[in-house]
Amino acid sequence: MSAPKQVATGDRAILPEGARTIPIFVMGKRYEVPETLTIMKAMEYAGFKFLRGAGCRGGICGACPTVYRKEGDYKLYFGLACQTVVEPNMYLAQIPFYPANRQLYDIEKIEPLADAVHALYPEVFRCVACNNCSKACPMKVEVLDYISAIKQGDLARAAKLSFDCIQCGMCASRCMGELPQYHIAQLVRRLYGKYIQPRAEHLTKRVAEIESGKYDAMLEGLQKMGHAELEKLYKEREREPDMIALGTWMPKDVSHL
Amino acid sequence: MKVSYYPGCTLKTKAKHLEDSALASMAALGVQIRELPRWNCCGAVHSLADDDLIHHVAPVRDLIRAMDEGSDHLVTLCSMCYNTLARANLIMRDDEVKRKTINDFMTEEHDYHGEVQVNHLIAFLRDTIGWDNLRAKVKVPLGGMKIASYYGCTLVRPKNVAIEPVAGQIMNEFVETLGATPVDFSANTVCCGSYQVLAHPESVADVVGRILQSASDAGAEALILSCPLCEYNLLKNQDKLLRSGQIGRRMPVFYFSQLLAMALGLGPESYRPDLSDAASVEFLKSKNFSVESAAMRG
Repeated sequence: MSAPKQVATGDRAILPEGARTIPIFVMGKRYEVPETLTIMKAMEYAGFKFLRGAGCRGGICGACPTVYRKEGDYKLYFGLACQTVVEPNMYLAQIPFYPANRQLYDIEKIEPLADAVHALYPEVFRCVACNNCSKACPMKVEVLDYISAIKQGDLARAAKLSFDCIQCGMCASRCMGELPQYHIAQLVRRLYGKYIQPRAEHLTKRVAEIESGKYDAMLEGLQKMGHAELEKLYKEREREPDMIALGTWMPKDVSHL
Repeated sequence: MKVSYYPGCTLKTKAKHLEDSALASMAALGVQIRELPRWNCCGAVHSLADDDLIHHVAPVRDLIRAMDEGSDHLVTLCSMCYNTLARANLIMRDDEVKRKTINDFMTEEHDYHGEVQVNHLIAFLRDTIGWDNLRAKVKVPLGGMKIASYYGCTLVRPKNVAIEPVAGQIMNEFVETLGATPVDFSANTVCCGSYQVLAHPESVADVVGRILQSASDAGAEALILSCPLCEYNLLKNQDKLLRSGQIGRRMPVFYFSQLLAMALGLGPESYRPDLSDAASVEFLKSKNFSVESAAMRG
């Protein structure tokens, strides 16, 4: 075999000599792009400029869902443009927004009950369990399972199952029951967070302690220290040993607890 | 034999008394039935259109979940769920063309060929536990209760999923086993009106009046059933029917599993009188069953 051709890497706009490129089709038009780029970088390489449909570029904001097909494959694929690496001959289009009904509600006034969710989104009962929603999710959320949990009135389970949702709307784009799954799940997570999830009581207590000025003197002490003294304090700090059994360790100096 | 339990959405919301009483009873009988860890709506209504296969996907997916659990039986409590699951199961077992189409559509699941058997709990009680066994475990025989068993449609129609060839026997045997007196009545398989309650509430009220009066005329003190929609229709119309004189008195209505829990000596937290209507609660009081709600939570 001959020496491998140089591979284009990263987001360099100028290809190194001999770097490999592959063809992709953006909205039906063919482009030669470096083979290791993400869809987003490849489109920018090809000359597209993202005014809408590029957000965090870190795979979490949900602004860049992309639907694509592979050559000779009937299946639809979904991915985030900022996370999905291009493949030869992929056909793709971006769907930066998908229209879906979002109901208005006052979170202070509705109850954390299945009935409240069903009243706002009665279309949940149009679900036929075809599972196209889960297949379309770029975050691999089991959308059908959380919709089922909502129908069953298990809001806590639905909130947990939908936790990774980034609100991109691909589920709604594929739903034959025309459900706005991601908006329903957001309502459920809000109800869960506000009314169902146990409060972090220790946090409330600690905030109260801070506000009462309990730690002010310590903080002032630290602020008055010189560099060397601070460094010494840091280096000699007591540290909980790794892998120690929970609740078995106490520092020698407990004056800060 | 491994048994999975399919609850259905309504048993988790409006019909908790059907589920709570049944699960507590099964535990008291020492029979383990485990709820499927993943399940979706059963489809609620079996689609009769020949080419409307998409509406069989929901029940088939549940059957696949049961198969994936390694279960050979899927037990249901709700008549409606029983019916949709059992009928979809027959399609997958017997209809090669439809089976292939549905399996091909669900590429993300294992292929299914009708491996799992769908049972309604009342048939499961008879066939797996047996009436004699059950009778031996009855702690509070329901002596003196005259109970009419209402089948409705979905336990007995169509014939190929009917829990018995001619309705009337199995539920009566159940009632007898618990120590109560079964009451035959002619309207035991007359449809309650089902979803027509939305579009034609008057027709539903009429038919419900006929069903209740038929049970009453036969001497029933209370009526048992296993379908949340029948329960809704049979209870909701009683005020109006009483006013119009279509029925002579209120008829207490219970899920069959509530009676089962009572007979097994379980407490009100199991048979859940707090979820029953006033007339049914009065009936329980008159038979010296506790309707105390203080202990009931959940």
